[in-house]
Amino acid sequence: MKIARFLSYFSGLAISLAAGWTVLPQALYKEVPQPASFSHAAHTGEKGGMQCTDCHAFRTDGSFAGVPKLETCAGCHAEPVGETASEKRFVEEFVKKEREPQWQIYSRQPDNAWFPHSVHVTRGKLACEGCHGSHGKSAALPAYRVNRITGYSQTVMAGMRMDDCVACHRQRGLSHSCLDCHK
Amino acid sequence: MTRRATPGKAARYGMIIDLDRCNGCGACMIACAVENNVPPPDAKATPRTGLNWVRVFRVETATRPAFVPVMCMQCGDETPCVSVCPQNAVDVDPSTGVVGQIPERCLGCRYCMAACPYQARVFNWRDPQWPAGMEQALNPNVSARQRGTVEKCNFCHGRWHAAVEAAANEGKTGSVSYTPACVEACPAQAIEFGDLNDAAFAAKARAAGAFRLLEPLGTGPKVYYRTGRAEVRGAVSGLIEEAKNGQRS
Repeated sequence: MKIARFLSYFSGLAISLAAGWTVLPQALYKEVPQPASFSHAAHTGEKGGMQCTDCHAFRTDGSFAGVPKLETCAGCHAEPVGETASEKRFVEEFVKKEREPQWQIYSRQPDNAWFPHSVHVTRGKLACEGCHGSHGKSAALPAYRVNRITGYSQTVMAGMRMDDCVACHRQRGLSHSCLDCHK
Repeated sequence: MTRRATPGKAARYGMIIDLDRCNGCGACMIACAVENNVPPPDAKATPRTGLNWVRVFRVETATRPAFVPVMCMQCGDETPCVSVCPQNAVDVDPSTGVVGQIPERCLGCRYCMAACPYQARVFNWRDPQWPAGMEQALNPNVSARQRGTVEKCNFCHGRWHAAVEAAANEGKTGSVSYTPACVEACPAQAIEFGDLNDAAFAAKARAAGAFRLLEPLGTGPKVYYRTGRAEVRGAVSGLIEEAKNGQRS
């Protein structure tokens, strides 16, 4: 009798822990599809030969343009230049219809955060890969998973939070006052 | 939290306001609100519940009245709001000298408002609301604050951010120069903005006829006033006390 109670207690505990550690974190995020498939690898490296800044450019005032607009894509892809079905679909669905794709932004930050790319890349000489990893060589876009409660992507929650900013600034002995990064 | 500025790059931004030039038009108040996404007050707002990061006081003197714009003085020493904040929501940025206010950390206790000898802080009683269509004209460089938090002038930090971004892009280092909205809007050019670490600007701030509000308190304000009229200087010294006692709004 005692053993049965002992077993039921621990099996209940094990199930709760398993659910808490595996099921809930999964249930907290929902996957949102990107409007089109995109291969960075097809554009960069030996195959495409493009640099990050060819599409993710700085504006003349130093602000960062982020994900390129359709007109940047249309500059090369007014007609399909390759053989792939996904490119053909992109040209027909977006470029020809002049419909701006609503990309989900993995790194989208809250409205009150200010992250100047020019300060980090141009002045700080940080490589794109330092923060974005091998994203520039990926053959397909990773799944965009958004937190059901906060509305922010898993990418932000996993390594682009304020703690991560402050940790790097501390490590390098840089200023980290509130208004340095908040607007 | 101890914070260090990058050596050799720190600025101490300050202002010199010429009271003999200020004609009390209030353009600085409007420009400030537009720049910093300060919503228009609702119909029932009083001087106490409305939001103004800069206020222009009318001061009567024996001769003609004077007008005194008062915003956050960006106190550099013994900053009263910093020392009382239980949330660490206020700090003095060592790289700019600007007193930062972070509404996301603010719990709305308003201790800082009580501590501020200049009455330069305001409390958000309501979530910001803009008349239909006006939200299209909001400044993307400044985040709107939520209800239940304190806010104040930060020398147009959105403009500072933009200036830093542009300077970095051009490969420049060191402190940047920029112009806050009130300085730009003043038709009488009564407000000068600069870096007090710059010897010429500092000398101007401390020239004859210059003074700071409630200087004996030792808060080290970085907003300087200048007037050639002795009666104005005498009248201004009583200004803050009157505001505190509710005789002036």
